[in-house]
Amino acid sequence: MDLTLPLRHWEMFLHGVWVSVTLTLLSVVVGFALALPGALAQQRRSRLAFLPRGYAYFFRGTPLLAQTFLIYYGLGQFEFVRESWAWVFLKEAWWCALIAFSLNSGAYQTEILRGAFAMTPKGELEGAKALGMSERQTTWLVLLPSSLRRAMPQYGNEVVFQLHSSVVASVITIQDILGAGRTLNARYYVAYEGFVTAAILYMALTFLLVGAFRLLERRYLRHLLPPEELKKLQKGALGGAAFGSARV
Amino acid sequence: MSKLLEYLPLLMGGALTTVALAVCSALLATTLGLLGAWGKVAGNALGRGAVRVYTTLGRGIPDLVLILLVYFGGQRLINDVGEGLGLPFIEISKFWAGVAAIGVLYGAYLTETFRGAWIAVPRGQSEAARALGMPLRGEFLRVTGPQALRHALPGYGNVWLVLVKSTAVVSVIGLDDLVGLADKAGKSTREPFLFFVVVLLVYLAITAVSDKLLAWAERWANTGQDAGRGGGGGRDDGGKPRAAEATA
Repeated sequence: MDLTLPLRHWEMFLHGVWVSVTLTLLSVVVGFALALPGALAQQRRSRLAFLPRGYAYFFRGTPLLAQTFLIYYGLGQFEFVRESWAWVFLKEAWWCALIAFSLNSGAYQTEILRGAFAMTPKGELEGAKALGMSERQTTWLVLLPSSLRRAMPQYGNEVVFQLHSSVVASVITIQDILGAGRTLNARYYVAYEGFVTAAILYMALTFLLVGAFRLLERRYLRHLLPPEELKKLQKGALGGAAFGSARV
Repeated sequence: MSKLLEYLPLLMGGALTTVALAVCSALLATTLGLLGAWGKVAGNALGRGAVRVYTTLGRGIPDLVLILLVYFGGQRLINDVGEGLGLPFIEISKFWAGVAAIGVLYGAYLTETFRGAWIAVPRGQSEAARALGMPLRGEFLRVTGPQALRHALPGYGNVWLVLVKSTAVVSVIGLDDLVGLADKAGKSTREPFLFFVVVLLVYLAITAVSDKLLAWAERWANTGQDAGRGGGGGRDDGGKPRAAEATA
């Protein structure tokens, strides 16, 4: 195995990292926008709550690869799609990947948010009502800040999974991290170098994300730390390893 | 629609391949998960370290990357070794390459599931069994094992559901599973949308059947538990198993 080969093509991999990271983060953000109304509808027991429930069930019950194929290859079959304004986006692999990933992540986030909303202590909502807050105020000032904090561990998980799922992009010709690896292997007719480099890069990104969320959790879920760890934290004696016990 | 009928037997064969792939991978993952959990709970420092490396790597690499590495890299490795020994060219099976990659990846997740389930059984249970003079085997089979099973099932169900969807990416190395065949059928009939919708529905059906079976298994394992206490409620975390958070 010649590991100087990927090093000589570091620009290709750097570009791949950029593509993977942007696709992942954008799909989580768009997914959040898709998930929030649905999760709120379920929390309020809206009559339309079956819609987000069905959406989450469908996208969580099917593989992302098939969803991506349906959008990338499937939609192009219809002439009215090809003649519509949307074709500008739908003929591009990158946009198809973003659409599929966002819909997919949105389905998982609907479940995460629904769960976090359902776990909100009743007293918090009653307190908001007793203070005369409107429903909108309660949602934005009480329900969301409290639930998003609680959902943070699952969110960390979701972002990592979204990164891992984003390898599907390479199947529809996008030059993400794995795409760079596959191109390298094909160009030099080698079997390990590109894939091993991709594996190392995904692993490194996973650790970065896990570390980032651990820092966020330590800040925003501080009230859930066990007392002895909190004491250590206050003394500033805490090294890298903390948290882990304060899962909600 | 007539095209669909024409391809139906083919697609059913593909669906069988998908199910067989998922079951074989799950068997391998369960074996590795049990071994890993055993190593983590009962092993010495070396064993624990090895398991730790395994779970960290397994949960840091995306499924498709490992599948490509096992299939193309494994092919090269076997034949490089085989050439040295004067063996003829060996072609490794796509099916078993997929089983190996998916089994190894999800074995890392199951290691954590099983370990968590094992340490969730109160120590007093095993002490009581010993105090009553039960042999070690009876203690495991009749006291600690069934209780650990109860804790493991919700997490196991989650991993199974994710694993099933993961099998879709094995089509990328050319396996004629449900997704691979639907891709071919869609290309030759020029109706990819139709065939990918069928793929999604079949996966949805597999998920629905799995859900029913898992709910039944959980009810069975929780026989005699208080209705409110059993189950552990591990099924609402968005359906994805935990990413590499504990080990990172």
